[in-house]
Formats: sequence, structure tokens, C-alpha cells
Amino acid sequence: MTDDPSRAKTPRPFSRVSAPQLEDDTERWNLRLYVAGETPKCVQAFQHLKQICEEHLQGRYSIEVIDLLKNPTLAQGDQIIAIPTLVRQLPPPVKKIIGDLTNTERVVVGLNLVPIKPETRRAK
Amino acid sequence: MALAHLVGPVAVKKTPSGIAGFDQITEGGLPLGRPTLVCGGPGSGKTIFAVEFLVRGAELGEPGVFVSFEESAEDLASNVAALGFDLARLVEQKLLAVDYVHLDRAEIEEAGGYSLDGLFVRLEHAIDAIGAKRVAIDTLEVLFGTLKDDAVVRAETQRLFRFLKERGVTVVVTAEAGADSLTRQGLEEYVSDCVVSLSQKVLDQSATRYLRIVKYRGSNHGTNEYPFLIDCGFSVVPASSLQLDYQVSIDRVSSGIPSLDAMLSGNGFYRTSTILVSGSAGCGKSILAAHLANATCARGERCMLFAFEESPSQIVRNMRSVRLDLQSWQDKGLLQLRATRPSLYGLEMHLVSMHKAISEFKPNTVILDPISSFMSAGTPHQIKAMLVRLFDWLKTQQITGLVTCLTTPQTREETDVGISSLIDTWIEVRDLEVAGERNRALYLLKSRGMSHSNQVRELVISNAGVSLADVFTGDDGVLVGSAKSTELRRRAREEQERAADAARSERLLELKRETLESQIATLRAEYALHEEEVQRRLRGSRDIAEAARADRDSVAQLRTESGSRANSAGNLGTNHGDRGVT
Repeated sequence: MTDDPSRAKTPRPFSRVSAPQLEDDTERWNLRLYVAGETPKCVQAFQHLKQICEEHLQGRYSIEVIDLLKNPTLAQGDQIIAIPTLVRQLPPPVKKIIGDLTNTERVVVGLNLVPIKPETRRAK
Repeated sequence: MALAHLVGPVAVKKTPSGIAGFDQITEGGLPLGRPTLVCGGPGSGKTIFAVEFLVRGAELGEPGVFVSFEESAEDLASNVAALGFDLARLVEQKLLAVDYVHLDRAEIEEAGGYSLDGLFVRLEHAIDAIGAKRVAIDTLEVLFGTLKDDAVVRAETQRLFRFLKERGVTVVVTAEAGADSLTRQGLEEYVSDCVVSLSQKVLDQSATRYLRIVKYRGSNHGTNEYPFLIDCGFSVVPASSLQLDYQVSIDRVSSGIPSLDAMLSGNGFYRTSTILVSGSAGCGKSILAAHLANATCARGERCMLFAFEESPSQIVRNMRSVRLDLQSWQDKGLLQLRATRPSLYGLEMHLVSMHKAISEFKPNTVILDPISSFMSAGTPHQIKAMLVRLFDWLKTQQITGLVTCLTTPQTREETDVGISSLIDTWIEVRDLEVAGERNRALYLLKSRGMSHSNQVRELVISNAGVSLADVFTGDDGVLVGSAKSTELRRRAREEQERAADAARSERLLELKRETLESQIATLRAEYALHEEEVQRRLRGSRDIAEAARADRDSVAQLRTESGSRANSAGNLGTNHGDRGVT
């Protein structure tokens, strides 16, 4: 599914972010953002995501944007109903975050981006 | 276009759901191109309703999309396989698309605003892929449980229904019943065209499923709770047809007993009429019923017999004793015997299962033997309600119905009040106890629309079969059985004696006449003899007198030769006459 060639045709606001070649695959973050057209929420979600990734995962992530209006069949595979939906493909387990990602804290927690200090986050 | 709706009365367009009985209740089916909400508790049959809606749609050539929030496509397919639905085949034929929307609350984090466009996209894609006309969503409420932002879900639900309406697909949405509202999440607010409620009630330990149309905007619909059965899909039984407008027949059908037909103005029952045979235990009700079954099959028509007390093989064996071979009709597929225990399930379920069996077999005659065994399954009122519906339906299906009812002097009245009004022809068989034996007397309580005998007949059941015999009214009332034959013999004897008497008197008279005649002959002979004797004597004396006179004459002649010739000639003439007589 990830090899779908049609996915290369990503609309302009969602420029594909590819990760550099990493030797350790466990450190690699594969993120997938599902959108439906260029709605403000979707554009916003992409921008927020990029920002968060730059901050926490610089150089170790890739973002793949899937427009369901173009590839509706892909919605079933990741069980997408809400738009936008961010799916963390790697590292496992698969995580899903829905919404325009304005709540940065939720995204960070949801993606487990700060594994070192999870206790303090939860206590808060 | 929009104005057209306001100007003229536009009836709600409907599409047949294909669910047995449902289209009758709703007078045509579900609102076309609009959503219908099906709500009910767990296990009330919501999913099956939704699946059948699509399966029947596929049969009608309308592809459908099933959006499942609860079961995977595989689970769903295997769950409904038992009902005879082959979802995999329909999917292959592009008549069905199943989209399993799996939502795991633990897996989903919400961070900011979102819409349910993903669901819309999936739905739209599925609809377009097979050109769906029908959509079933089972159950949308899962969204409310999984997504935290209730406001968004509500707004999106509203948008979903709008979207579906725009697409012009007919939709069935299922929803869990709430504690004191129709649905737990108040989905009825969004689906306002048609709401169907499914429930299950337990009465006397037997559960019955019910379906009710809560609401149907712009359409007439039955308002009752209709029992239904899930067997090979849904079977809903309409409570009773809304009008008394069934077609009647003037066609007559034989009861199977010629002498009984004779009592019914010679031709038997009306086709499609309802016949009740009531009577006390062992008076031959089942035998009468079996004769009707036999007569039906003999005409090449189909008959279905529901037995509530005997097993099919027992019925076949027992009826063989009165020379009815029901087995052969069974083998030919003209007769179907179905035996169930009345206590197996509730009245409604009996009704539904009978309804279904009849719909499948399409018999010309239906027999219930006996209905009195339902007494244990419900109150007289409930039984009556059930029978009204059954009879009513049988009539609309042009089926002749015969039911038997066991009565005792106490319950006879109950039968009377209970179902008399539904019955067209009522045959009562009663036992008569006379002279130390029990016999059966049959008479017609009523028979609508035909002249019928008012006579009490004796129902004679023997190895040779069944017949009706005239009863005797003797000095001690009605005589039947051996009392009757005794009376018959007595009368025959009397008759014989009378006949013998008459013959004897006749003979005596003859004898007397003969005697008289012989006496007359004797007398006549005696008389003739006597007469002859007298004549002879007279002749003798006359001869003597003649001789004397001749002597005298000759003497006188000798004395006076002349003057005496004239006298002599006269005497000779007289003598000639006498001789002629003797």
C-alpha cells in the first residue's frame, strides 16, 4: 500500500517531506496524513505537523500526505473516518491522531514524541 | 421543483424493503431516497433488518452498501449465512459492498478540529463503485462512543443524512434503544422520515419479537405492534388487514364426507371459508379434519395441517384406521403435516411461524388441530386476537381454513364468545350417552350463506370409514348407536308381524270364499238332482195322466166317435212345451 505510485501526486500545499537515509531503522518515523482536498483544516494540520516534527524529529521523519478525494480506496486500509487524520506508521504501534493538530501538546503525547519524561506529562 | 411539493399533494414515494410483511404494514415499504431509523435493544434484530434490506434490494436489482461499525465483513457474512444470505456472492456480483469501519478508542487521539469527511469519502466511493441505491449503517452510535467531540459528531451526523438524501439513496440506520428515549443518542432527531422500533417481550416465559412503526412522515401505516420471526430473514405478520375487503368465493369444496356435504346444501363448504369443528374429547374432530385434508389432496390441491397434540406419524397411523391414506398425499407433496407443542413458544410466534409456513407452501386448505390447546399459551382474548389475524389472513390468501376446538360443557361458552363471529361454518359434534353407550351426534350450528340441514346426524366411525346416519327419535328422545339398531330391529319385527297377520287373514278369507263356493256348488248339484227328480216325477205322473186320458179318450172315442177331435189337438200342444223345459 505504501508503494502506491499515485501518492506521488501530492497537492502543492502538502510538500512531501522525506527522511534522509538512516542507518538505524528503529529511529525512523513514518507519518501519514490523510486529508480530503485543500480545506483550511487540512492545510493547517500539515503545517502544524511539520512544525512539531521539525522540533522533535529533525532529520528522522517522513510525512506522506494522502488526499482521499483522489484515492478514496485508501481510507479503508487505515480505517480513516475523520479528516484530517495523522497516522504514525513507524515506529510501532500504529497511532492515530485526528484533528487539525492545533493542540500541540496532544500531538506530542499522542505520538509519544517525548518518551523520556512521560510521567511528568501524565501527571500534569 | 421545490414548489411542486408545496402546490399539490405529493404522496411519499416508497420502495419495497422486500422484508416479508413489512411492506404491507407500511403500505409499500420504506421512504424512497430517505433514511429510516431502526432502533431496538440488543439482540432485537436491527442488524438483520439492515442486512435483509440490502439483500432483498440486491434481489430487486438495487445494489447496496453496508457500513458496519460493529462487525467485520467476514463476521457479518458468517452471522447471516445461517439465514440463507450469501453476502460473499452478492459482493462478487457487485450488488453489495461491505465497508467495515473499525474504530478503536484507545488508538485515537484528538488534537484539534476535524470533520468526518473520511467517512463521507468512503461512503461516496462505495456508492459510486457499485451504483448503490440502498445504504445501511449499523450502528452510527459507535461514533458517539468513540469520538469525544460530541458537537462535531452531531453536526457531522446531520450532514451525513443530508448527504445521503442528496445522493437519493434509501437508507436504513440502526440505533440502540435508549432507556426512556427511542435511541440512546437521540438519532431520531436526525432521521425524521420513518422510525421503526424493534423489541422483544417475554410473556409466560416465552419471548416474542415485535416490530412497530413509530413514525412514518407523510404516509399511512399500521400502528400496532406486529410480531415477527427471524428465521430465513424477517417475517412480519400484519396484525390484521386494515379493511374487511377480501374477495369471497362462490366455489364450493367437498368436506370429504358425502353425507356431510349433503347437509351443506349438497356441495360442501365455500372455498376460503373458515370452518370450526368443536366437540368433546374423542368425538371425531380430527377425523373430520383429516377428511377435508384428504378431499383437498384428492382434488390435486395442497393442504397444510398444523397439529398441536399429535406427531405427524401418529396422525398418519390413526387416520389409516378410518381408511384415510394421508401418507400417499405426503409423498406426493400435496400434504404437509407440521406438529408443534403449543407451549414451545408464545402465541405470536405460533402465528408468525404458521404464517411463514403457509406463505412458503401456499396451500389451498389449512387445518389447525386443535386451537383449544392454545389455551395454555395465552388468555382467551389473546387467542382470539391471534385467530382473527390468522383467519383474516387466510381469507385474503383465498385459503380454506378448518380449525378444531375441544370443548367441555364449561368451555363451550368460551368458544362461543371467543371465535364464533369469525366462523363461517360451525360443526358441533357431541357425544350422546344412551343405553349404556357413547355415540356421536353431529349437527351444524351455523353455515353462512347457504341453506343447511337442521338435522342431528349420527357420526358413525368404523373401519369402513366415516358416514353420517339419520338418527331416530323414539319415545325416549334421540336414539343412536345400538339403541337405534335395537329400535330398528323392533320396528322391523313389528312390521313383519303385521305383514304376517295380513297374509293370514287374507288366506282365511280365501279359504272361506272357497268353502262358500264349494258349498254353493254342492247345493247347486243337490238342487239339480232334486229338480231332475221332481221333473222326472212330474213327467211320470203326466205320462200316467196322459195315458189315463188317452185311455179315457180312446174309451170315449170308442163310445162317441164324433165331436171330441178339437180337445185332443189342444192337449198335444201342451205336452210338447213341457218336454222342452226338462
